[in-house]
Amino acid sequence: MSVLDRKLLRDLLRMWAQVLAIALVMACGVATIIIAVGGYRSLEQTRTAFYDRYRFATVFSGLTRAPLQLRERMASIAGISGIELRIVEPVLLDMPGMAEPATAIAVSIPDRSEPAVNRLYLRIGRLPESGRPGEVAVTERFATAHRMAPGSTFDAVLNGRKRTLTVTGIALTPEYIYALGPGDMVPDPRRFGVFFMPRTVLAGIFDMDGAFNDVAMRTQRSADIKAIEDAVDRILRPYGGTGTHGRTDQVSHAFLDNELIQLRAMATVIPPVFLFVSAFLVNMILSRLIVLEREQIGLMKAVGYGSGAIGWHYAKLTLVIALIGIAVGAGAGNWLGRGLTTLYARFFSFPFLIFQQSLDLYAIAAAISALAALLGAARAIWSVVTLPPAVAMQPPAPARYRSFLTGDRRLLSAFSQLTIMAFRHLLRWPLRSLLTALGTSLAVALLVTALFSFDSIAFMVDTVFFRAERQDATLSFGVEQSPRALQSVAAIRGVLRAEAFRATAVVLRHGHRERRLVISSVPQKADLARVLDLDLAPIDPPPAGLMLSERVASLLDLRIGDLAEVEQLEKAHKMVRVPVTSIVQSYVGLAVYMRTEALDRLVGGGPRVSGVRVAVDPARLGDLYGAIKQTPAIASIALQGISRQRFRETIGENITIMTSVYTALAVIIAFGVVYNSARIQLSERARELAGLRVLGFTRSEVSSVLLIELATIVALAQPLGWTLGYLFSWSVVRGFESDLFRIPFVVNRSTFALASLVVLAVATLSALVVRRRIDRLDLVRVLKTRD
Amino acid sequence: MQKPTFSAHGVTKVYHAGEIEVFALRGVDLELYEGEIAVLLGPSGSGKSTLLNIMGGLDRATAGEVHFRDQDLTTFSERQFTRFRRDHVGFVFQFYNLIPSLTAWENVALVTEISSNPMKPEEALEMVGLKDRITHFPAQLSGGEQQRVAIARAIAKRPEVMLCDEPTGALDSKTGVLVLEALSRINEEMKTTMAIITHNAGIRQIAHRVFTFKDGRIADVAVNDQRARPAEVSW
Repeated sequence: MSVLDRKLLRDLLRMWAQVLAIALVMACGVATIIIAVGGYRSLEQTRTAFYDRYRFATVFSGLTRAPLQLRERMASIAGISGIELRIVEPVLLDMPGMAEPATAIAVSIPDRSEPAVNRLYLRIGRLPESGRPGEVAVTERFATAHRMAPGSTFDAVLNGRKRTLTVTGIALTPEYIYALGPGDMVPDPRRFGVFFMPRTVLAGIFDMDGAFNDVAMRTQRSADIKAIEDAVDRILRPYGGTGTHGRTDQVSHAFLDNELIQLRAMATVIPPVFLFVSAFLVNMILSRLIVLEREQIGLMKAVGYGSGAIGWHYAKLTLVIALIGIAVGAGAGNWLGRGLTTLYARFFSFPFLIFQQSLDLYAIAAAISALAALLGAARAIWSVVTLPPAVAMQPPAPARYRSFLTGDRRLLSAFSQLTIMAFRHLLRWPLRSLLTALGTSLAVALLVTALFSFDSIAFMVDTVFFRAERQDATLSFGVEQSPRALQSVAAIRGVLRAEAFRATAVVLRHGHRERRLVISSVPQKADLARVLDLDLAPIDPPPAGLMLSERVASLLDLRIGDLAEVEQLEKAHKMVRVPVTSIVQSYVGLAVYMRTEALDRLVGGGPRVSGVRVAVDPARLGDLYGAIKQTPAIASIALQGISRQRFRETIGENITIMTSVYTALAVIIAFGVVYNSARIQLSERARELAGLRVLGFTRSEVSSVLLIELATIVALAQPLGWTLGYLFSWSVVRGFESDLFRIPFVVNRSTFALASLVVLAVATLSALVVRRRIDRLDLVRVLKTRD
Repeated sequence: MQKPTFSAHGVTKVYHAGEIEVFALRGVDLELYEGEIAVLLGPSGSGKSTLLNIMGGLDRATAGEVHFRDQDLTTFSERQFTRFRRDHVGFVFQFYNLIPSLTAWENVALVTEISSNPMKPEEALEMVGLKDRITHFPAQLSGGEQQRVAIARAIAKRPEVMLCDEPTGALDSKTGVLVLEALSRINEEMKTTMAIITHNAGIRQIAHRVFTFKDGRIADVAVNDQRARPAEVSW
C-alpha cells in the first residue's frame, strides 16, 4: 500500500462518523433507485409477460344480449386478432362461515377449447367440464381466502336460483390481477371472487343460449384502437351495447398503471434528492479537509508529487465514501425491494412475481451515485490541483466578515456578541448556509409528503363514507324493478331506512368531447346517498338538469348552464340535451347525478329502480344478510360498512409502512446534513471556541455560538421544507388523478408540525453529539498553534 | 508584609506522552505580588508556559499547591476554573486569538458582557491607542493592532492578574514597543499583577523581577532595580 493510500485510510478512520453519515445518505439514494426502478421493472415486466402469454384483451365491450352470429362481423373488423364472446354475470354467494353475502362475477369460458383472449393460468386442478354442471374454476385469492381446494363446494345464487358449485381448479386471469368488488375501494378476496364456467352451462342458467353479453378482443399491434372501438360500438348498438373501451378504463389494468406511475414518480423524485444532498455533503467535508491539509498539499507538491496524483488521492477518498454508500444501499435496496414485492403479492394476483435483480440496475445505481459524489467533490479537488505549492505552504488569507444591520452598534446591541458571532459566520458562507438549510428542508419535505396521505385519505373516507355514501349496504338488482321493490326492501327486518336509485348508462357529449358513464338518480331529501357541493355541503337535487362531478365537468369542458348531449346506451340510443345545473364533489369514478323524477322522465317508460341503498340496525345485520341471500332479484350487494373498515385497515397498514420508510429516509438526511454541518463548523471554529473558554465563557455559552447558527439554519429549513413538501404532495395527488379515483389534496397543520418535530429532534440529537466535542476542546493546545 | 496575589509551592506537572512521562515542572516555588511585573525567561520546554497555564486555570498541577489570594486552585472544579478565568484573569497570547467574525469593539465587548465591573470597550481600546479602529474586523488590522485589541480585551474586565504568553513574539520591534507600552501603562494605572513570558531578553528591563526557567525549575530570580521605560527597550 502506498503511503498516500495509508494516509487515505487513516483520514477515513479519523472521520468515520462523518463518512458514515454521508455514506448513509448516499445509500438511501442507491436503495431508492433499486427499489423504485426494480419495483417498476418487476411489475411492468411481469404484467407484460402475463398479458402476452395469457392473451389479455385490449378492447372490451358490454351489452344486454346479442346473438353469437355477430362473431363473424366483429372478427372481420380490421385489426382484430382474437375475439371472445362471453357471458358475464354478477352472482351472490353464500359462503360457509360468513354471515354477510359475498359477490362474484361468473365468466363463461369455451366448452372445449382455450379462450382466444383472457386465457386462464391454472394453478391447480382442472377446468370445469360442460358435461358436469355445477363445476367451476375460481380465482386464486378468493380460493385462498376461503381455504378452497379442488373438491370444495359453496352455494351461489345464479339467476335467482341457489345452486351448489364444486371447485375443480384454481386459476388466475390477466383480467383480474387487481380484483375489486362492487362498492369496494381495496380488494377484499373474502367477499369478492371471479369464477369460470363452461359457456353452455352458464348459458343454460342465465337463458343465454346462442347469445352473449360481453366481448373481449385482442388487437394487432399496429391496429387503430379508436376505429375498432367505433366499429364494435356500431355493431353492438342495437343490442343494448353499453360501450367499448380500451385497457385504460379496465379496472385491474388501471390500478396497476397507477402503481407504475407511482413507482416512476418515486424513481424520478426521491433518488435525486439524496444524490443532491450527498454531493453537497461530500463537497462540504472535502473542502474543509483540504483547507486543513493545505500545508501538507504544499509539502507533497514541493517534494515532487504531481498535481494529478494529489487530486486523485482526494478523488479516491470520495470514491471510498461512495463505495460504502453503494454497498449499504444495494443491500438495503435488495431487502426492501423484496419487501415491496411481497406487499404487491397481497394486492395483485400474478402467477409469479419476483423482484427483478439485474446487474445493470445495480451498476446504474452505483455509477450515478459515484458520479454525484465526484461532482460534489469536483470543485474541492480542482482547488487542490491548481494550488501552487508556494502558496499552499502559506497560511490561507484570513476570512473576511461583513457587518450586518449596517454595523450600527445600537441596532446590534440587541444581540450578545456570541449571537453576532453566530450570525456573521452564517453570512460569511451564504451559499453553504442556504444549501445546508435546503438539505435539511428536504428532510421536512419528505416527511410532509409521506404524512399528508394520512390527512388526505382520512378526509376522503370522511367525505365518501360519512357525508356522501352513508348507507350500510347497496343492493343492486339484476334487472330494473318497479318502485314497489323499495317497499319490499324497506320491510326487511333491521332496515332502518331505504332509498331507491336508478343507474342508466349513457354517453355524455359536449362539442367534440364525450365520455361514457352512468347517471345515477338521487331522491329528493336523500339522507343516505347525498350529493355534496364543492364545499362538501349536501345539496338537494334540483327538479331538472345534470349534477356533474368536477372531474366530468372538466373532462367535457362543461359549466353550469351549458347544454350536454345525453345518449342513452340501453334504450335505443335516444338523444336528449340536458342543462348542467350544478358541479359537485366526488372522488370515485365519473359521477353524474339527476333527481329521480328527472332521470325517469329522461329514460321514459315510467319509474324503475336499479337498486336500493339501506341503513341497517347493526344488531340486525344477520336478518338483512339472510333476506338478501333469499331474494333472487338481488344480483349484487356492496357492503359500505365492511368496505369502510377494510379500506381503513389496508390503507392504514400501507401508510404505516410508507411512513416508517420515509421517516427513516428523512432522519438519515437530517442527521447527515446537520451533523456534518456542525462538525465542519466545529472544525473551523475550534480555536475561536477554545479562545472563548479561556476568556471565561462556560461550556454552554461556548456551545451556544454553534447552536445558534445550527438553530438558525434548521429554523430557516422549516418553512422551506413545508413549501417543498406541499409542492411534492400536490404533485403526488396530481399523479394519482384518474377517471377511477382522485385523492383530495389535504395537508393538515399537524402534518407540518409533526414533520418539523421529527427533524428538530434529529437536529437536536446531532447538535448534542457535537456539543460533547466542544466540552472536550483542548484549550492549551489550540491556543499554542497558529490558525 | 504584603500578601502575594499568587503563590505556588512545589508545583509539579507530568505529561504522559504515550508510555513516556515528561516532567514539565519539577517542584516550582514562586510568589507574585500586586502591581508587580514578572518576566519569565527560559528556553523552549523549560516550563514557563506550563506554569502560566496552571496559574491561569487552563491546566492542573500534578502535585503541589497554587494559591490565588486565599483560594487553592488545585482543588478547583472545571466550573470554578471557568469562573476564575472569567472574573480574575486576563490572557494575552502570541497569536492574539481574536474572534475573526467580531470587530475590535465587539471583541472587547465579548468580555465586558460577562464581567461584573468592566470598563467600556471604547475605554479599553483607547488605553491601547486604538480608539479610531473600533469598527475594524481583525482581518483589517495589522499584527500589532490585533495584539493591542487582545490586550484591550484582557484589561476591559479590570482583571487582578494578566498572563501574557509571548505577547510580542509575532511582532517586529517597533510594534512590540507599542504593545509593551500598553501593558506597562495598564500596570501603572490599574495596579495589575502581570506575568509575561518571553524569549526576548530585552523585555526583562521593564520587569520588577525576572524568573529564569531551566528544565522545569526556576534557576534564577533577579530583581530589577533600574526599570526601563518600554520606549527605551529595543531588540
